[in-house]
Amino acid sequence: MPNADSRELALRMGDNCLILAQRLGAWCGHAPALEEDIALANTALDLIGQTRLWLGLAGEMEGGKSADDLAFQRDARAFRNCLLVEQPNGDYAHTLVRQFLFDAWHAPMLTGLMKSADPRVAEIAAKSIKEVDYHLERSTDLVIRLGDGSEESHARMQSALDDFYPFAGELLTPDAVDEALAEAGLALDLQSVRSAWRSHVAATLQEATLTAPVDAPVRKGGKQGLHSEALGYVLAELQWMQRAYPGAEW
Amino acid sequence: METAATIYPVDEIWDWLRDVPDPEIPVLSIVDLGIIRDVKWAGETLIVTVTPTYSGCPATTFISQMIDAAIRARGIHDLEIKTQISPPWTTAWISEQGREKLKAFGVAPPVEGAACIGAMKAQGPVACPHCGSTNTEEVSRFGSTPCKASWRCKDCLEPFDYFKSI
Repeated sequence: MPNADSRELALRMGDNCLILAQRLGAWCGHAPALEEDIALANTALDLIGQTRLWLGLAGEMEGGKSADDLAFQRDARAFRNCLLVEQPNGDYAHTLVRQFLFDAWHAPMLTGLMKSADPRVAEIAAKSIKEVDYHLERSTDLVIRLGDGSEESHARMQSALDDFYPFAGELLTPDAVDEALAEAGLALDLQSVRSAWRSHVAATLQEATLTAPVDAPVRKGGKQGLHSEALGYVLAELQWMQRAYPGAEW
Repeated sequence: METAATIYPVDEIWDWLRDVPDPEIPVLSIVDLGIIRDVKWAGETLIVTVTPTYSGCPATTFISQMIDAAIRARGIHDLEIKTQISPPWTTAWISEQGREKLKAFGVAPPVEGAACIGAMKAQGPVACPHCGSTNTEEVSRFGSTPCKASWRCKDCLEPFDYFKSI
């Protein structure tokens, strides 16, 4: 089995979860309504749990590193998350649209990974999908309510969609690693994820009276470790304690 | 001086675990919750297999510590607590007794049959744990812990937690 590709898959899945969870965590105590505050913190918690599983697996393949080692001791270039999840929270519409575009990829991706030839990958996917289905249900519902809401909420949602839609392409476009993974039966063909993503997103946006930008350029590079400026700030906050006091525990 | 550990019958060990409460919902034991998947002896080593409810549930580590303490208190020191994520935990594993205890505690138990993928939303009527009315509505998909959602009763007007079906 091409272990290097498998490890790359676990890193990509885990880093997406970790960085998005860190972003969502910043809303704790600041969200516009108590229910939303709780929902974001809970979603972040699910994603942190999934991070532990994915990075735990990646670490195991790297010769006994822990999920914490990988989360706290790598530099930005070694992170494999997509650019979308590292983008700043912005207003609530931005946070929500980012979540929706991600969830709409995450759910079909995990559903496909449940059939991975690597049973460790399949097990983590089967555990995660139960939580991610719930995330997708919530973000879809809110995109519709706020898109098809007041003039103000509609304008904010449309602006967030214009900003973040170009980042979704990275999740749906295979690179050499994705192709090797699909060929080995370790992951699914991203084309099938793309069609599931497109039909869910199109139907939701229509109901939300929102319009996806046409001919948006695809912003990518995160999967290869080429990140936007934003990631450095996320990592600075996430890692400073372990960088200042390596190995500190409580 | 080393003495051979007593090999207690597995049934007896299950009974000990029935006394270990869930830290978030203390009326429920970890056995009621369905997270103990296996108890067995491998030679003189006792192996307890536990599955997490939600992958990020903060109580998971604490529960392992409680199991550890409950078993060591009986003089078993050769103990291994294994975490297993497959098959993933489902609310269908909450015992009948556990469901009754939840209701008495003021938490609506998960609606049966809603546990399959793509049907996370409560499918059947969720009954208010206070007055029994099914004239209820969801306030928020999420609640005080990862496993619960916030609901309210439109008859007795009380808010309540609903244990999400997964």
